[in-house]
Amino acid sequence: MSDHAHDHDDHGHDHPHDHGSPSAVMTARVNALIGALEARGVAADADVTAVIERFLAAAGPSNGARIVARAWVDPAYRALLLANANAAIAALGLDMSHWAPVELRVVENTERVHNVVVCTLCSCYPIALLGPAPQWYKSEAYRSRVVREPRAVLREFGVTLADDIEVRVWDATAELRYLVLPRRPPDSNGWDEARLMQFVTRDALIGTAG
Amino acid sequence: MKFAVGDAVRTSGRDPAHHYRVPRYLRAKRGRIEAIHAAFPLADARAAGDPSPPIETLYTVAFAGDEVWAQDAEPNTIYHAELWESYLLPLEGAS
Repeated sequence: MSDHAHDHDDHGHDHPHDHGSPSAVMTARVNALIGALEARGVAADADVTAVIERFLAAAGPSNGARIVARAWVDPAYRALLLANANAAIAALGLDMSHWAPVELRVVENTERVHNVVVCTLCSCYPIALLGPAPQWYKSEAYRSRVVREPRAVLREFGVTLADDIEVRVWDATAELRYLVLPRRPPDSNGWDEARLMQFVTRDALIGTAG
Repeated sequence: MKFAVGDAVRTSGRDPAHHYRVPRYLRAKRGRIEAIHAAFPLADARAAGDPSPPIETLYTVAFAGDEVWAQDAEPNTIYHAELWESYLLPLEGAS
């Protein structure tokens, strides 16, 4: 939002507008790019929309849940996932490098370690594996507080950790994305991947659920 | 590549006017190389529109909570940041 309120001639109101906000500037820039592509016959607006819709239709937390459930039942897959996550997701037919090369790293929760992911700079997030990021992930409150007081933030999410459990905060960037491998539910011996998947939540893959 | 996993490093304390990926709370702080990644174009130069930005090794550096926040840190927390090689200095006298 801009930091000023103003009135328009055609519709008098006094709430703050966001004409000058970063998102408004970005929208104008994207529209200009689409206009240029259209004018040169490279792509029509409908083509761009179709690409985005195709991407979002395939992107969702069930992708992340598949990865986790496989790692829980297959120790070799788990080892590959922790050592080379890009290769591990490719083995399941998933890919994060839609527009630029990006490295995925999977960090594992254990009895002694709890991991949580943030993007302090903006909102870097593995959209292909989790779907669009929740609003709170992009909020200044989460992005600043989880660095300064991760235990307090996690308590607000309902995750209370004893002091002897190490909390590891991972700050995602344009170059690196993170996914948390949560602990397998207790008493789930013998469950198949489909059943295990139902217990994997989006927030657990960010680290804000147990 | 200048550093190995486990090396003790210190971030530069510089405060440039341009885009810079060392957050203020991490400047002139001691950390440890946790992982080594591919070489990526330096974000500072890309943000300035440099058509051929320097390509530098990117490291994950681990910082203990009390190094960053002193006595106000929560116990037993570690913060990890992705930092380019030119942001880091070897920590003298450390093993």
